[in-house]
Order: sequence, then C-alpha cells, then structure tokens
Amino acid sequence: MALQSLDIKQRSATTTPSTQVRETLEIAKLIDVSACIGCKACQVACSEWNDIRDEIGTCHGVYDNPMDLTAKSWTVMRFTEVEQNNKLEWLIRKDGCMHCADPGCLKACPAPGAIVQYSNGIVDFHQENCIGCGYCVTGCPFNIPRISKEDSKAYKCSLCSDRVAVNQAPACVKACPTGAIQFGSKEDMKDYAAKRVTDLKERGYEQAGLYDPQGVGGTHVMYVLHHADKPDLYAGLPVNPSISPLVALWKGFAKPLATLALAGVALGSLFHYVTKGPNEVAKEIEDEIEREDSEKEGAK
Amino acid sequence: MIRDPKDLKRYEPQERANHWVVGISFILLALSGLAFFHPAFFPLTQLFGGPTWARIIHPYLGVLMAISFLGLFVRFRHLNKMTPADKEWLSKAQNMVNGNDHDMPEQGKYNGGQKVMFWVMAICMALMTVSGVLIWRAWFGFDITLVRLGAVVHAAAGAVMIGMIFVHVYAAIWVKGTIRAMWYGTVTRAWAKQHHRGWYRQMTGK
Ligand code: SF4
Ligand code: SF4
Repeated sequence: MALQSLDIKQRSATTTPSTQVRETLEIAKLIDVSACIGCKACQVACSEWNDIRDEIGTCHGVYDNPMDLTAKSWTVMRFTEVEQNNKLEWLIRKDGCMHCADPGCLKACPAPGAIVQYSNGIVDFHQENCIGCGYCVTGCPFNIPRISKEDSKAYKCSLCSDRVAVNQAPACVKACPTGAIQFGSKEDMKDYAAKRVTDLKERGYEQAGLYDPQGVGGTHVMYVLHHADKPDLYAGLPVNPSISPLVALWKGFAKPLATLALAGVALGSLFHYVTKGPNEVAKEIEDEIEREDSEKEGAK
Repeated sequence: MIRDPKDLKRYEPQERANHWVVGISFILLALSGLAFFHPAFFPLTQLFGGPTWARIIHPYLGVLMAISFLGLFVRFRHLNKMTPADKEWLSKAQNMVNGNDHDMPEQGKYNGGQKVMFWVMAICMALMTVSGVLIWRAWFGFDITLVRLGAVVHAAAGAVMIGMIFVHVYAAIWVKGTIRAMWYGTVTRAWAKQHHRGWYRQMTGK
C-alpha cells in the first residue's frame, strides 16, 4: 500500500534509514487476561478476516485448540490451571506476536524487506520477500513466527495492519464479547490498563499489573495480568524477554567487523604482491638442477 | 607449456579431483553464505536463481563439501602432522612473507603454514557441519538455544574459513609454479628444492 510504504520505520536486512518523514500515532492492543473467558471468538475472527483455515486437528483433552501457533493459526488461547493463594485459578492468555518495539525477528532476518516495522509500531512480515530461512524464529524472544510447510514462508499475526491502515481495529478486537481486547493509541491503552490494574488490586490481586516488557523496548501488544510479578504462570510468558545475547552477537557489530577483516585480507594480499613481488624459483637452484642434468648426460 | 618428464609428481588425479570438488563447493558456499551473512552481499543470491533458491541450495552444497572435505582430510592427514621443524618454520614465517626465504628450515611435503591451514580448515569444517545441521530448518528442528548457538558458530567459522581460503589461494598465486600442481599434479624439481627441500630429497634420493 502506497501510504503504508511511507510509514515504514525499520526494514529487515537494510542498512540505510527507512522513510522517516511522516509521523503516525503509536498504537497498541491491550489484552486484559482477567476479563478473558476463553471463548476463542478472537481466534475465529482472525481466521475469518485473514482468510486462513488451519487444518482441523484432534482433541488433546485440554481446551487449547489448536495446541500451538501455526502458519495458519496466528493467535491461540493458552489455558493454564494454577493454584494461587490456595485458590484454583484458570488463566487464559491469548498468545500471538507482541509487535516488539525492538523486534528480534526483524533483526535476524537476512532478506531485505521481508520484515518491516511501521511507524505505528506494527511488525509485519512481507512474505513476497521472505526466503524461508527461519532466522526470524531464531531471533524472536516469544517463539512466534511459524514457517509454512506449504510454501516455506514465515507467518504470524499482522495486528491486522491492513485494517489499521484504514483506521479499523484488528478483527480480534471487534469480535471479543467481553471487551478483554482493547485497541487504540499506546498512551490510551496504558491509561486504560492503569484503571484495570487499580480495579484488580481492589479486588485483591495485589500484584496486578501491565505487561509491556522493556527488554524489547516495550510491545504493541500488552497484557493486563493479575499476577504481573509472575508472567510465567501464563503458559510460560517470558519474565524478562529480550533479544538473546547470542542473536545480538550474531547480528550485531561482529559482522561488519568480519566483513572489513575479510576485505583487509584480500586487499592485503593484493598489496603484498604489488610491493614484495612474486616468490619465484631462484635462478641458482634452476641452474644447479640444469648442471646436474647435463653432468648426467655427459656421464652417459 | 612443455612439461619435463623429470618433473616431480605432487598429486594423483584422484587427489586433484577431490580438491576441485571441495574448491568448487566452497566457492558456491561462500558466495551464497555471504549473502545471508550481511545485507551488503545479498545481491549474490542472484547467482543462484534468486534468494529463495540460494537458501534452498546452500545446505546441500554444504553436505557435498563436508563429504568431499572428509576425503581430503583422510588423504592428507598423515602428511600434516606438526613437527619441531614446522614450529621453527612458523617462527620465521615473517621473513618468508617479507620475501626472504633463504634461512627457512628444510620442509617436507608441507610447511608449517600449510599444516596450520590444514588443521584450522578441518576444525572449521567440523564446526560448520555441526552448526549447519543445527540451523537447517528444512529438515531439522532443534532446541532454540542450540539453533542460536549454531547460527553464531556458523557465521564465525564461515568468516574464518573464507579468510583462510583467501590466504590459501593467494599463497598459491604468490609462490610461482604452484598452481600447476592443482591442475595436472606436477611441479618442477627446482620448485620442490626451493620450497620443500625435504620432500625434494625424498623424491629424488638426493
Ligand atoms: S513477538 Fe517475535 S515475531 Fe512478534 S515482533 Fe516480537 S520478535 Fe517479532
Ligand atoms: S523466514 Fe522469511 S521472514 Fe523469517 S527470517 Fe527468513 S526471510 Fe526473514
């Protein structure tokens, strides 16, 4: 989309700045885990709007269905039963891309423009540029991207970038019957979350709070959690997510340095040849051998 | 070039063919691998029919190189054992690089530098193979930490290998009369006497 192409803030495997002139509103989706009833209307809405129909799986005896994100299931509800304060709690978390401000997927991707980050904060995969290497999976701290078995391209939640571009809320937000998924500017969503947190605290959830992990620069999908001190209760939501140091090393300063070093070796060799000259076989040794040969001839 | 029947045979045809398989697969691997190494090299994917093809082909070339490299390794391993003379040679390598090879210690079929090259390449090749399998998503799905480690090791060992090969190729160009050994297997006696005197004496009985 023409306008959207003006709003790209970061682009994978691109070393020059992307378009910076326009400024758009930073948006966010807020998932209030405490208000979710696990009806999966959002899962269905996602499949509807994006025209993706995952394979019909089998029942595993739990509510999770499908069991995991796939190239065709960009969001799944994760159900966990935990005991907190001597009470059984049923925690239901809508899992999917977090739209990180500092996206590990984009950092790792080697294909120019296969992953972009819009100035509104959405991280979007442009599958036409994707080569199917799976580096995004390696880079993501939330284990989100999935490589399709059909076309070997990477897929994940787009935060309905197509809808947001025309001022519509993502499909999941529209479908949620309890208002557990809210959408708006990041500022507004933080304000809204603050109200929810106060409410939860009044209801006895002392540790209620907002999940907007700063290790990845904050996210554009945030959670309100009743136990914000223990995010890992919610089907292993990372406590302190950040781009793995291994990924940072792999994609950081080491590569430009290595490239320079290789260029140095190549140029060094060239100039060595030019300044020191070739290493020829010495004339004396050649003469010596010729002499030996003619002596032998003479002896015959 | 008229070849002298008294030239010394340095490589058998099978050894030369094996080296060429390794060499060709290495060049293709380096070109496609660099494309994923840094965006500056991404256009190299066009040599392989586009970026997705480059991604598909690269690991299979890797398998070819790993197998053919193993062939070279088995053939030349015993000739690359480090000796005290090699260490001495290495300590004097600076003189050699500066163009003065008169006081270099006598060397067998391979000098200390070549032997170091051999072992560094062998270690890198092993690292490349293992880490390459770890990050080959088309066939394998390992634990994420292993994959991340694999990605770092693959990039680092690859960079070392490319640098080493620059030196390897340059050394062959720099030392005149060397490259023919790779083409048709022989070198002149004078070449052998100058660069690998121990091997020269062994071959000629002098
Ligand atoms: S959650 Fe993963 S896939 Fe989504 S933006 Fe962050 S790093 Fe990328
Ligand atoms: S699979 Fe596609 S989107 Fe993911 S890193 Fe590779 S090229 Fe980029």
